[in-house]
Amino acid sequence: MKNIGLILSRELSSYLRTPSGYVIAACLLLVNGLLFNARAVGTGAKYSSEVLQQFLIDAGGTTMIAAVIFSMRMLAEERANGTRTLLFTSPVREAEIVLGKFLAALLFLSVITSLTIYLPALIFIRGKVSIGHIGAGYLGMFLLGAATLSIGMFASALVKNPFLAVLLAAVFVTTFELAWWVGQITDPPFKTFVSYVAPYMKHFHPFRRGLVQLSDIVFYATVIGVSLLASVRVLQSQRWQ
Amino acid sequence: MIRVERVTKLYGAHAAVRDLDFSIAEGECVGFLGLNGAGKTTTLRILSCLVAPTSGSVKIRDIDAETSPHEIRKLIGFLPDTPPLYEEMRVGEYLKFAGRLRQMSAGAVRDRIPHVARTCGLEDVLDAPISSLSHGYKQRVGIAQAVIHEPALLILDEPIQGLDPVQIVEMRTMIRALRGQHTILLSSHILSEIAQTCDRILMLHEGRIAAQGTESELSGRFGESFQIRLEAAGSAEKVRAALASIEGLDIIEVRESADGCAATLRSVEDVRARLSQAVVGAGIGLLGLRAERSGLESIFLSLSRGHGGGAEPVGLDPVAPEATVKTAPLNFSGQSEETDADAHAFRQPRSSAPPSVAPAPEKEAEARHESDEGDVAGDDAIKH
Repeated sequence: MKNIGLILSRELSSYLRTPSGYVIAACLLLVNGLLFNARAVGTGAKYSSEVLQQFLIDAGGTTMIAAVIFSMRMLAEERANGTRTLLFTSPVREAEIVLGKFLAALLFLSVITSLTIYLPALIFIRGKVSIGHIGAGYLGMFLLGAATLSIGMFASALVKNPFLAVLLAAVFVTTFELAWWVGQITDPPFKTFVSYVAPYMKHFHPFRRGLVQLSDIVFYATVIGVSLLASVRVLQSQRWQ
Repeated sequence: MIRVERVTKLYGAHAAVRDLDFSIAEGECVGFLGLNGAGKTTTLRILSCLVAPTSGSVKIRDIDAETSPHEIRKLIGFLPDTPPLYEEMRVGEYLKFAGRLRQMSAGAVRDRIPHVARTCGLEDVLDAPISSLSHGYKQRVGIAQAVIHEPALLILDEPIQGLDPVQIVEMRTMIRALRGQHTILLSSHILSEIAQTCDRILMLHEGRIAAQGTESELSGRFGESFQIRLEAAGSAEKVRAALASIEGLDIIEVRESADGCAATLRSVEDVRARLSQAVVGAGIGLLGLRAERSGLESIFLSLSRGHGGGAEPVGLDPVAPEATVKTAPLNFSGQSEETDADAHAFRQPRSSAPPSVAPAPEKEAEARHESDEGDVAGDDAIKH
């Protein structure tokens, strides 16, 4: 646990000291603001819940993209810079490295995602939505971001080049999402199975409607667990082979 | 402290190291000397538990690296060829992070940092961001992170790589200051560096140990003698007879040549005057006489050249003609070598330039493999 905390705090301070963390945060806030104005609020009259749902759809997407970009900052960058040697020659377990880096990225992503809270708050000026609905949406974004980060962590463990890590993470995530579209044109029982693996199209939408379902939470937890475990295994194979 | 038995590391069909066998005592300072691609980095990475050997056994303080690498990592401090530095951190907090990773308490790290900073000459830059430091200072920070937790075993891979002459002197001083506190292994392809810093030298060539011992042992066994070439206008038989009377002279080879014969001789002292008298006294025309000192550098060069084909296991052949080259500081890197205890040596012109040994293409490939990153097993795996 001590090592996880050490790595987490070092990573977090790194996000705050390098431009990349701020650039990602600024881009996320800017794009979310623009999308809120253009798509969620729009020009015509809408119910408040429709505005909120549209915002959550957009914010969920941008959160995923930000999480994919964080992939480069995780293991691939350490490897490219040679700093991984410090971790690998220290008495630190691979799981501690993965968890420390994952939690730091998740914490940072959660902070910058939560900074968008002012956008749904604007709905209260001329309308009314349930706080629970907003909470469910942000819980969905948190889980979606965590699942995407874990997939990005796995991609980052596989390659040395940080940009390749981003690309690989994007390919993984896109493949999962495409599965949902494939599922739409597939007959049962494959339809259910194929559609089920899409973190955004299948499992995020209940959250944006204000529904918190255990099945979705279990799905995200499973993706996170499997991806992080796979990352640990990759590190183990690279560390002492 | 370290016992390495028949260690081989294969990357595909290529053996980075093969049948390594050596042991190192507690407190020793041992230098791994070899050309690029000789297997130095692979050996150090195996000892650092970054790379697992394909076969063989590595034990450090009786802990088996294969079964308990995590326990061994508690004992070592490692500086790879590229220091593993987080550039955005400040020196002090980086050292604190490194110490805490090595299971030091916060208080112990706090108390230790001033001492390490003093030893490594970092007192003035503890608050500076690492990204702002020069290469020499970054190398010092690299050593500081390796010693922050007072490891029993300190492993330094090419610690002087890329340093200028002044920095090399400072680095050598720093390494000397660390002797006695740790068992130290360091690698270099610069003989003078190893010879001046280490108690013992392990010469590696093409993944095998070509020779090992102290500088004086190696010199005594293979060097510090005169290799003499003699050309005379007489038959080989007559020349042999004329030379037989000279005490302390080893007749290595006498062969017929177009002008008469050519002899390769060896003696512990310069016997040219007596040789010429003996040859002329026997009524044989003396056509040429040349003596060259054969030292440690030439032994290394001999080992490197003599087994360049690489097919045979290394067996030292003190009579190989290649064993004689003019003594001069040997520097395979082409980089400044300054050195002699101390700074004056690198300012002096060299009377005889060392033969610059360029790695053969296949060696270059190995060198690229070895020098790759502070990166480790994973990269090797990808490449191979």
